[in-house]
Amino acid sequence: MEIITYTSEHHTFRKRLRVFLENEVTPHVDQWEADHIVPKTVWQKMGAGGFLCPSVSKEYGGIGGDYRYAVIVAEEMSRTRCTGLAASLHSDVVVPYLDSFGALEQKRKYLPGCVSGDIVTAVAMTEPDAGSDVAGMKTTAVEAGDEVIINGSKTFISNGVICDLLIIAARDPGIASKHHAVSLYLVEAGTPGFEKGRQLEKMGWHSQDTAELFFNDCRIPKGNRLGENGSGFIMLMQKLQQERLTCVLGAVPAAEMILEWTVDSCRKLLRNGKPLIRSQAIQFALVEMMTEVKLGRTFMEKLVMDHIEGQNIVIETSMAKYWTTEMVNRIADRSLEIVGEVGTLESCPIVRAKRDVRVMSIFAGTNEIMKGIAAKFMGM
Amino acid sequence: MQLLPYTENHHRFRARLRKFLAEEVVPHVDDWETDHIVPRDVWKKMGREGFICPALSKEYGGAGGDFLHSTIVIEEISRTNHSGLATPLHSDIVVPYIESYASEIQKRHYLPLCASGDVITAVAMTEPNAGSDLVSMQTTAEADGDDIVLNGSKTFITNGINCDLVIVAARNPLAGNPHKAISLYLVEDGTPGFEKGRRLEKMGFHSQDTAELFFNDCRIPRTNRLGEDGDGFYMLMEKLQQERLVCAVMGVAAAEQIFEWSMRYCRETAGPKGPMSRSQAVAFALVEMSTDIKLGRTFLDKLIAEHMAGEQIVIETSMAKYWTTDLAKRIADRALDLFGQGGTLETTPPVRAFRDVRVMSIFAGTNEIMKGIVAKFMGM
Amino acid sequence: MFELTRSQKEIQKAAQEFARGEFDKEVTVDLEKSHTYPTEIWKKAVELGFIGIQFAEKYGGGGLGILDACLVAETLCRKDSTMGSALSLASFGAECLHRFGDEKLRGSFLPRVTEGEILTGIGLFETERGDDFSVLDTTAVRSGEEWVVNGKKRYVINGGTAGFYIVLCRTGETCDENNGTSMILVEAGRTGIGCIPLGDKLALNSVAIADLTFDQVRVPMSNLLGKEGKGIAQARAFLDEVKILAAARAVGIAAGAFDRALAYVKQREQFDRKLAQFQITRHKIADMATKVELARLITYRAASDFDTGKPDPAMSAMAKMAAARMAVEVSDEAIQLFGGYGYMTEQEVERYYREAKTIELCLGTRESQKDRIADIVIGKLK
Repeated sequence: MEIITYTSEHHTFRKRLRVFLENEVTPHVDQWEADHIVPKTVWQKMGAGGFLCPSVSKEYGGIGGDYRYAVIVAEEMSRTRCTGLAASLHSDVVVPYLDSFGALEQKRKYLPGCVSGDIVTAVAMTEPDAGSDVAGMKTTAVEAGDEVIINGSKTFISNGVICDLLIIAARDPGIASKHHAVSLYLVEAGTPGFEKGRQLEKMGWHSQDTAELFFNDCRIPKGNRLGENGSGFIMLMQKLQQERLTCVLGAVPAAEMILEWTVDSCRKLLRNGKPLIRSQAIQFALVEMMTEVKLGRTFMEKLVMDHIEGQNIVIETSMAKYWTTEMVNRIADRSLEIVGEVGTLESCPIVRAKRDVRVMSIFAGTNEIMKGIAAKFMGM
Repeated sequence: MQLLPYTENHHRFRARLRKFLAEEVVPHVDDWETDHIVPRDVWKKMGREGFICPALSKEYGGAGGDFLHSTIVIEEISRTNHSGLATPLHSDIVVPYIESYASEIQKRHYLPLCASGDVITAVAMTEPNAGSDLVSMQTTAEADGDDIVLNGSKTFITNGINCDLVIVAARNPLAGNPHKAISLYLVEDGTPGFEKGRRLEKMGFHSQDTAELFFNDCRIPRTNRLGEDGDGFYMLMEKLQQERLVCAVMGVAAAEQIFEWSMRYCRETAGPKGPMSRSQAVAFALVEMSTDIKLGRTFLDKLIAEHMAGEQIVIETSMAKYWTTDLAKRIADRALDLFGQGGTLETTPPVRAFRDVRVMSIFAGTNEIMKGIVAKFMGM
Repeated sequence: MFELTRSQKEIQKAAQEFARGEFDKEVTVDLEKSHTYPTEIWKKAVELGFIGIQFAEKYGGGGLGILDACLVAETLCRKDSTMGSALSLASFGAECLHRFGDEKLRGSFLPRVTEGEILTGIGLFETERGDDFSVLDTTAVRSGEEWVVNGKKRYVINGGTAGFYIVLCRTGETCDENNGTSMILVEAGRTGIGCIPLGDKLALNSVAIADLTFDQVRVPMSNLLGKEGKGIAQARAFLDEVKILAAARAVGIAAGAFDRALAYVKQREQFDRKLAQFQITRHKIADMATKVELARLITYRAASDFDTGKPDPAMSAMAKMAAARMAVEVSDEAIQLFGGYGYMTEQEVERYYREAKTIELCLGTRESQKDRIADIVIGKLK
């Protein structure tokens, strides 16, 4: 039974994307990992191929596609094992804020660039002292005439160095209620007072230019606010379902990739002259992992369809985010253990995968936050 | 998205069954647990209402439904928190052998009685020295003129005391190839030489009359053989997909029921600081339980749909059997923690469930056998 | 610490011999069914000095430590989890008397425990949670030269069969860790004590567990145990001590389930091979053996700390939590290795599994242990 029903357009899109990635991305990933950044030109090529922001309507240059395209991009990107080219983040997490809440002018101004890859976006919520606790955010946005002045700092921002356009969450210090104080603003790279800080060194995601961002009396026009004043929190909440689901789309294919490689290795690696896969303990471990991956995939696919149908699945997506990202970590751990010493070398693909997947249970709201959300919505 | 095509008819069937069980079964289960058997008249009442053999065609006295009706019966019986009324074993595991492999005369004779609850069936494969390893079965079936003479013993036979008709797997001692030596035979209760042994005392399944069966020069007509001589192994393999799926339905349904009790208890019981469910540790435990159950449920529903579509899903059903029965065990174990010392009392419903679900990872092929099957079919 | 003393090894051996000679699984199953305490075996255990081995010699005890008591409990439970638990729990609560009672109270009651005249019980809690001091409505009020006790205690081990109960009561206006609560010894014969048996249990049916009610029960002033006002603090200290014993029982139960599974896989053949020849079985056995050993280490460590005058409440909680979890896992795996037979009463491991789970549920679940450990490890926040 196919849970996600793809049309021939979807299949064609996937095929084209796969060819594109094989030619333009996969051969360069090792270099980008060493460079700790992906060149802007790749974004533009990807945009030219029509692979960025497929959900944006034709009016702005997109194809007006459904969330199935997001699934395809996430799955195909996973195969490249490139974390730097964060197309899913751009297309399915950041740009939808602009698409859903932006004023006509804002959309006209920015969306075509987002689709073409000339504008790479980032979203800045997390702060040094406000991680999963969005309400504890300290960055301020104060209105002064026709302008808004932003002060504060953000951290762990994906696409932080390369980004041309930033959606930033900041709080009006004049409003007491934490939930009504936050608004979202568009800040262009190069705006005086907006400074990109150092690129952060991390366990994995080496080709991803995660960075700190600083705002010192950064003045932007009042017209750069997204939506109503003080509605930032509500907008974030509305978009979190898709953000979490997009994390799941990253986790499940990653787990599948790791497992595929592990099974393959177990056929080749010998222990006492026998292929590892002939060992019963290894077989059981592989079967257990395959089972978990299948469970994760089935759940993911059902949620994708529920999401497309417009259902409220905040509980289930929170569950899926935590379960699948924990699952991929388990699979990576167990796989490394199975391949043994080979798994200590960077030349072993699982090693990078292990370093890369570790952050999944932390970003986009830690898994503990996910469980808390599920508990809350289940009425506990 | 609904993975299973339940119709109005199914919903009505479930409602009717639930009412029947609430009136005719639930008030008596405590007695049956003490009696270690379920009275036969309950079977007949159930049969009259069309709840036995719901998927059997009308031509043979069945309700002419589909596997979703079977699923409904398994789920609803699970909710009654007892194991004795093993109609799913009868309807969805044993009777299908007769339906698929018996001669037309046998079908006309037995099937209507099976559907009405007048004939209770059992299947006898396991032997004291041949559990999961069917090939090493020692019960023999020797031809003698127009008769077959059965000798040997079987154990762990569900419905062992109540059964009127047993499908016995036995080996032709003259056959060379062990896989071609086994045939299935219909043996009626009361046949000289067929003796029901003692009812086995066990950890759970107290209302279930699991027993040993003995065959001492038990003569049956040759026509009581199901299908061709030596086809037994093949027939068993053929039917195992549905058997495992039935186990998976039981596993998930039990887990769901246990979770429901736990959630209610934690909401309604005061802890040191408000309802127990307000404790973060308890809330997280409940969320984790619920997540695992939802993953199991989604996977199961997909497999039911595929099974109904006639797909070959031996790998997935084996995975599901092991994962969901382990799930039920895990959920029961965790649930008792939430009930605290109340979890030591038999009056607390999950306690019986804890004892009952433990056998699920053992019966119908242990979970280790399941993993071995998957490994084999994956070409390891 | 890593080597038992000679006398400890002798105790182990004596317990082994006792168990081998006295325990019989048929008898156990019958006692479980009839909810009957193994009185005869208990009396024999008394003769050999196994009951109250950790109490001072002048009260008829063995003058030994918790580690020795642990060795006895572990060894007995290993041979038969039910008998072992029933015997280990014979003097449950008497630890409080030994620790906090004055000379007169100890002198008049402890010898009756070590001589096998009476079982003992303790009523601390009033909810289903085995560690919850937040609900405490039982009161003891002074009336002349007597305490008048009123209230209800839940899940009292040996409830209805013990010779006396130690009851945690409110004796003051405010009620917290160090004020307002006291332990009172109440003899079972006093008028006004009611007993509500809790019926069938998941395991350990031969040991009575009941809710006890106290209706205007009068006992002499001198029945106050320890310091007035310090009831909860004393109860916590008691729990820290008996959790170590519970851990030892869990280790014994796991080891017993393991022994049986090990013997079975070496003998059972399937697919033309011994189960012990399958790698998956071998690894299960390896995992089980490792788990038992780990739990045993932390249990002995907690016991040894206690005996050397450095009782560590966190270590007690860790030992109880880790050992109980381990015992559930190991006995569960034992059932799995036995296959269908594992589910049958005859093979015992299913009973071990139920008893392991009971240990995990009593004296506070894993959540409670974690709360306690975290309180100690994290300390007070500024």
